[in-house]
Amino acid sequence: MNAGGPAARLHIDWTRCDGRGLCTELLPEALGRDEWGYPVAAPGRVRSGRDATDVPLTGAELAAAMDAENLCPLLALRIIRP
Amino acid sequence: MDDAMWAFARVSGLLDMVLLTGSVLLGILARSGRPLLAIPRVSVTLLHRNISLLAVVFLVFHVVPLLFDSYAQLNLVDVVVPFLGSYKAFWQGLGTVSLDLMAAVVATALLRRRLGTRTFKAVHWLSYAMWPLAMAHSMGNGTDGTSAPVVAAAIVLGVAVLAAVAWRVSAGFLETAAARRAGNARNGWTRP
Amino acid sequence: MSAATEIAAMQGGTAAGPAGPRLFAAGAAAGMAAHLAAYGEVPRHGRDWSLAEELEASGLTGRGGAGFGAWRKFAAVDHARRPNRYVPRTGGPVLIANGAEGEPLSFKDASLLHNAPHLVIDGLVAAAAELSAGSVFIYAGAANLAPVAAALAERADARHIALVEAPDTFVAGQASAVVNFLETGRALPRDLAARLAGSGFKGRPTLVHNVETWAHTALVARYGAGWFRTAGTPEDPGTRLVSVTGNVPSEVVLEVPGGAPLDSVLASAGVGSDAVSAVLVGGYHGRWVRPDGVVLSAAAAAGSTPAGGAVRPGAGVLHVLGHGRCGLAATAAMVDYLAGQSARQCGPCMFGLPALADVMGRLAAGTGGPGLVREVERLLALVAGRGACHHPDGTVQLVHSALETFADDVRRHLAGQCQEAAPAGGAVR
Ligand code: SF4
Ligand code: SF4
Repeated sequence: MNAGGPAARLHIDWTRCDGRGLCTELLPEALGRDEWGYPVAAPGRVRSGRDATDVPLTGAELAAAMDAENLCPLLALRIIRP
Repeated sequence: MDDAMWAFARVSGLLDMVLLTGSVLLGILARSGRPLLAIPRVSVTLLHRNISLLAVVFLVFHVVPLLFDSYAQLNLVDVVVPFLGSYKAFWQGLGTVSLDLMAAVVATALLRRRLGTRTFKAVHWLSYAMWPLAMAHSMGNGTDGTSAPVVAAAIVLGVAVLAAVAWRVSAGFLETAAARRAGNARNGWTRP
Repeated sequence: MSAATEIAAMQGGTAAGPAGPRLFAAGAAAGMAAHLAAYGEVPRHGRDWSLAEELEASGLTGRGGAGFGAWRKFAAVDHARRPNRYVPRTGGPVLIANGAEGEPLSFKDASLLHNAPHLVIDGLVAAAAELSAGSVFIYAGAANLAPVAAALAERADARHIALVEAPDTFVAGQASAVVNFLETGRALPRDLAARLAGSGFKGRPTLVHNVETWAHTALVARYGAGWFRTAGTPEDPGTRLVSVTGNVPSEVVLEVPGGAPLDSVLASAGVGSDAVSAVLVGGYHGRWVRPDGVVLSAAAAAGSTPAGGAVRPGAGVLHVLGHGRCGLAATAAMVDYLAGQSARQCGPCMFGLPALADVMGRLAAGTGGPGLVREVERLLALVAGRGACHHPDGTVQLVHSALETFADDVRRHLAGQCQEAAPAGGAVR
């Protein structure tokens, strides 16, 4: 991630997410899955408490993140632009 | 001309029976959160969506020619209001009801960002009513409804959906079911 | 509930304000007459006076747990309520006094509502006037609403304040849960994409403060920021209520100045420092510390080590663990409770906290293998930051501090010996 902060962030609404794993397929570098199926930010991405819920994205991941936002069956994802 | 239209409508209807069934099966699979062999979850979801939209297209191909058919004598009102038709009014009415349900399911699915998941989900459940109605309509209304190959196909599709629904309500349905059950059992909780 | 008060470092004060205890100056269960006798009327201020500026100058921080500057939320609501051509008008701002106090070790809010309800009401009335509030709520458990209702009946300037009975759950006091409860009747935290100050109750600018914060606001409105700062330290001005519980002669609520040394606070609760093994500061979402040399300050850095000997008071709980008691067992019981209090909306909280409780239980029981600490740390990293509310993070903070503070006990437990079971004298401090 460059010095000017992430290109965007992917906000996960945990009250909606049911861990169906679509987003983790679309963003394999940014997201893994925990043992219950919920998305978890890749270890290198979590620098502050916020990063676990508002996952930092690179510019190259933005298109895939938009797909995830659209395809998440529970509307649990939102892209936050800086 | 009339005959060509009639045949086109019939074939579209039969194809739609297959597409609708495929859509229901893929929807159930998508809900489980599991990939299909080598097909990732995202693709399963996209397939579910695209096959459903294709089913809408073939429904149009099925209904529009009948508007011009002198034998079926369908008019625009019959397309949306059930049980008014002149030919096998009951069986045709079932088709009309499932068309209405399908319109609602597809429209709310396309607008789900605007409507929110609650409405979307509630309406989406109607798919489980739409599918048997459409099947009954095909069997009862269709000219080919009693021909052996069609009956055989209908039985195969029916068994597939019944099996999928049985799997849907089983405890191990979700991909993550086992891990989550273990998490809940540890503290003596059950999923609310 | 006793309203014993103690202001150690406070000298004099200004002419106007009470020089002794601040929040309980009107005595126990103060009615309107006692209240006015102790504090006087709220003065009529000139046009150039502003409560927002006075709050900023006072340095008052929220007394509910998070400890942010009280003026920030106030200013954010003030900003959001102003006409904005991009946002349709939604009705006046909403003010909420939060006395839900879901934290089981805390009873200072209950004590405040029973003894000084008029101060809380004064704070709301002053802010409602300045912010042109549309609705004002006091949210608290049923037992604590009765004295507030009695106080409201005594005055004519607070008829617009509505009382709302809070459910008795741990997360019912989270700010977004309060707003959710008022709207939908379910006290579940919400995904906080939109800030409450901008869009809270029914989309209106919403200011949620702990009841004690409102009581201090009332005093700042009366006597000003200068007086407020005559107690406490420049970094942590004013006083705060703390609930002292655990291995203590009697559980009390004390009023202590900002920056108060922990052992002197404990001493005024009758707890000798030699009887104390550790203190849980801030409640179930707080952190364990060894008391000597530690001061309570809202200005302390976040993180699990009390840097520079200062620790955040959080929800104002001081829970004393006596010598010979096992900190790991106490922590494991708390994590178990917290896991049960998850609102079960967010996956990582709903599954991660029970898993954590399970591992902590095994650690405390001394039945785990050597890999147990690594498993605890893995689960802590897994749940941290992954919830709609602060519940997972608060739990993580508690466990982190326990692993640090009770590091010796951890080693002993892994070797199969628990201090609690061991004969007295074997304790290492
Ligand atoms: S796609 Fe949506 S529901 Fe599925 S894991 Fe991602 S955020 Fe959760
Ligand atoms: S983080 Fe836990 S307690 Fe907070 S809203 Fe989510 S499930 Fe509920």
